[in-house]
Amino acid sequence: MQSAVIVFPGSNCDRDMAVALETVSGKKPHMVWHGDSELPAGLDVIAVPGGFSYGDYLRSGAMASRSNIIKPVIEAATRGVKILGVCNGFQILTETGLLPGALMRNSNIHFVCKDAALDVVNSNTIFTSGYDEKTPVSIPVAHHDGNFFADDEVLDRLEGQNQVVFRYRDNINGSSRNIAGIVNEAGNVLGMMPHPERAIDEKHGGTDGLALFESLLS
Amino acid sequence: MKVRIFVTLKQGVLDPQGKAIHHALESLDFSGVNDVRAGKLIELDLDPSVGREEIEKMCDKLLANTVIENYDIEMPESALETVS
Repeated sequence: MQSAVIVFPGSNCDRDMAVALETVSGKKPHMVWHGDSELPAGLDVIAVPGGFSYGDYLRSGAMASRSNIIKPVIEAATRGVKILGVCNGFQILTETGLLPGALMRNSNIHFVCKDAALDVVNSNTIFTSGYDEKTPVSIPVAHHDGNFFADDEVLDRLEGQNQVVFRYRDNINGSSRNIAGIVNEAGNVLGMMPHPERAIDEKHGGTDGLALFESLLS
Repeated sequence: MKVRIFVTLKQGVLDPQGKAIHHALESLDFSGVNDVRAGKLIELDLDPSVGREEIEKMCDKLLANTVIENYDIEMPESALETVS
């Protein structure tokens, strides 16, 4: 299982993501700089990590989504390579158009940093097959712009096609219909605001993120 | 030529920043403020050869996220005369 983590100026969860991928797969991921125009050959998984790429200038994820590496990432997504975008990575994926909607300022304007209780709404994806939909999970969030917005037509379509994967049990940021994570229509691109890579070690307060990496890397 | 792009949130999209500004104005005892919407102003210094169509492309591809935002382009009058 070959994986890569894309690194942007201002990424700050790239190393946590690399540790999570290596812990579960036993293989070091490639760390790929945003300015590169090619991805390493034979990738199965590409992670777009959290952070504050380009200082959130213009809009969160806007500048990163126009960087050199994004073109090959979009091509890889079209070929069916699995793409995981977390937090800023989710914002970047919506800005590229790989995922619908947009992530706006939290409705109460506060930066929210806490463990969030989530429902796994769809365990029938390559990212969530290791979860049980009846058991809520606790995964940390840390964001200012996590308020998922899409118009009703898009929201209805997402729900109708089972593309909503995670929902907040308490709506901590104003997201439409409590949405915390979605997949694309083909099911190979997941964007989520909570940080599963921060929940893979009991010493860090919980391991509810492990099943995501185990599903993804199996 | 100086071109100004006004980026604003679409109607119906919640604007927490605007709400906070509204609240702050009220707490400063300004009355009669019905609503506040915050947006962005982006100033471009462009060659006169750059047409409106090209500027619209800049807005669609980067300057605005049309999922949530609208944009208005303010061209200098001299540029408008050249076009017409």
